[in-house]
Amino acid sequence: MELSVWFFILSALFLGWSSGANNASNIFGTAVVSKMLKFRTAAVISGIFVILGSVISGGGTTKTLNDLGSVNALAGSFAVAAGAGISIILMIRSKLLVSSAQVIVGAIIGWNLFTDSPTDYFSLYKILLSWITSPIIAAVFGFLLFKLMKATVLKWKIHLLEFDTYTRFGLILAGALASYSFGANNIANVMGMFVSSVQLPDLPIAHIFVLNGEQQLFLLGGISIAVGIFTYGNQVINTVSEDFNRISPITGFVAVSAEILVLFLFTSQKLEQFFIRSNLPPVPLVPLSTTQAFIGAIIGTGIAKDPHSVNFKVLGKIASGWVIAPAVAGLITFVSLFFVQNVFEQKVILSEPYELTASVMTELSSEGIRTEAIGSLVNVRFKTKKEFRVELLQRSRFTKEQLYKIFSCSIIDSFYIDTNRLYKNFDISLLTPEQLQEIKKQHGEAFNHKIDFQQALFRSRTVWGAANDTLSTIELHKTMTTLEDLFRVSAASHN
Amino acid sequence: MFLKKTKKLEAQIDEYLDLVIKGGLIFKLGIKCYLENQTAEFEHHLLELRKAEEDADDLRRNIEIKLYTRTLIPEARGDVLGILESCDKALNTTTETLLEFSVEIPVIVSELKNDFLEISDRSISCLENTVSGIRSYFRNVDAVRDYVTKVQFYRKETNKIAEKIKRTIYRTKSDLSYKMHIRDFAFHIEKIAEQSEDVCDRLSIAIIKRLE
Repeated sequence: MELSVWFFILSALFLGWSSGANNASNIFGTAVVSKMLKFRTAAVISGIFVILGSVISGGGTTKTLNDLGSVNALAGSFAVAAGAGISIILMIRSKLLVSSAQVIVGAIIGWNLFTDSPTDYFSLYKILLSWITSPIIAAVFGFLLFKLMKATVLKWKIHLLEFDTYTRFGLILAGALASYSFGANNIANVMGMFVSSVQLPDLPIAHIFVLNGEQQLFLLGGISIAVGIFTYGNQVINTVSEDFNRISPITGFVAVSAEILVLFLFTSQKLEQFFIRSNLPPVPLVPLSTTQAFIGAIIGTGIAKDPHSVNFKVLGKIASGWVIAPAVAGLITFVSLFFVQNVFEQKVILSEPYELTASVMTELSSEGIRTEAIGSLVNVRFKTKKEFRVELLQRSRFTKEQLYKIFSCSIIDSFYIDTNRLYKNFDISLLTPEQLQEIKKQHGEAFNHKIDFQQALFRSRTVWGAANDTLSTIELHKTMTTLEDLFRVSAASHN
Repeated sequence: MFLKKTKKLEAQIDEYLDLVIKGGLIFKLGIKCYLENQTAEFEHHLLELRKAEEDADDLRRNIEIKLYTRTLIPEARGDVLGILESCDKALNTTTETLLEFSVEIPVIVSELKNDFLEISDRSISCLENTVSGIRSYFRNVDAVRDYVTKVQFYRKETNKIAEKIKRTIYRTKSDLSYKMHIRDFAFHIEKIAEQSEDVCDRLSIAIIKRLE
């Protein structure tokens, strides 16, 4: 592996460090501000659980963020991560509590604008909506949880010292869970961009377990987040403590618990499956942000405790930060991409060839896009997105959403069906004998478009058809996505 | 297991409050013995009270150190320390008062003996209810108000008795020095109730903070 890759990873580690510092406040901030825990203790617990979360449960990529714009060149990733990291530090310096995800979204849009890539507005709206729904849902939970505590625990005649011990224990537990969840959900934002570019050999640890390449990268990212919490978290906590100074330990505990509960309830696929299996109505899965959920929970708890205690000035400041942060991140990323491309002469985007095929045209027509005007472009290969866009727009006035759909369908992707990979890297028990037979039939076939791959592999409705119950449908869909990733020839190896 | 240290500290606080109650009871017995001229018993009670006070002092310091070093109850620590210190002052006042009796040996005329018994009884009632209030502050905040009300009631009672003693003594034909001497003793005993009321004032503020 080239040395330059490690240099590019430095920016991801910087992003990890800054997001660790930034998020320390919504994990253990209330416990430290209310003097229930020493910062050092909080940082050690948080660091350990962030690393565990990153390595054990870290997701390969964040789908929603990937949909928003896929940064495909290492130098581009470097600039995006650096832009996001710098923005987080600037926000911390301006005493604004923002979420890392907000900054990363801004940075990706900055990359999209610089590279002239399309932004998936549906994903963007989904993310923007989550910035509104997260605090609202968390506020409702914070409110209800505090009322529940008041009606039960606070009425029990527990000795003040015992209550203090329970609260402290609760704060540690909640903080540890929040740290784990933060590590698991955030590591992809930090390291996800490098997973396909960095191939590391498996690393056995004391003959107990083996860390694969991805996990080693996530461990590195997790450590950078933990270092961020340890080295700069205290300053961030001190900065926001002016806004949180009236938070009592029990309010802090309720707020962090509400935050975790909301994140768990509304983002856990396992919980959704459990509900479905138990014949219960499933909770809708919504992408939620930790920081926003935390702020919402604080507000909800505050309203439950005393509606007059909510400081709308502070809220206004936080809300303004949520608008400023992505904009600043977008701008800084745009500028850093300019430097990386023009001063250091690095490729910030890999050329993505596009081609309209008959199958793509059929798919576009089925989506309601008028394809008559672009019929002459069928089977013409375009080397860059810019070229393709110009040709498309010359022929018809497509909306941004339609353009996004055309781009995502006609991008040349590489699939090669190799059943050896199936046995090596896939849990065969997930497939029915008929499905396995179908895959075997396609062994050795290669495809340049995702639609062609899907149509060839999943064409049999009887084998791959939707099941009657929701759970099987979700699982089938998951299996199909995993197969797609399995047979995709990665950009790195392709190039 | 993590509650072991907490339970130990809770027991120490209870032990401290038990010593305050014990001190109050010894004080009452001491005054009774003094008024009945049982000097040996009185001196024995004084010794007992001084021992209880010293033990309570040590225990309070120990509790304070633990509360600080283990950064326990960060929100209420200031209030709890203030309450315990203020309660300690009330116990000190009982010891000092009994010591004054031992040193100055005031002559209590027979018509005032009953009043002195009553004023010491009411003052110690104040102290006892204060201790109950403190115990409730730790376990059952809602009950603190009741004890505070009782303390305020007994405080007014001691005030009335002290006034009665002063009026009675100043209407006798004794020397002014003697009158002033007796007045001071009524004042000393009344001070126990006053000190208890101070503790309750702190308690009243502390419960508002806890209920916030």
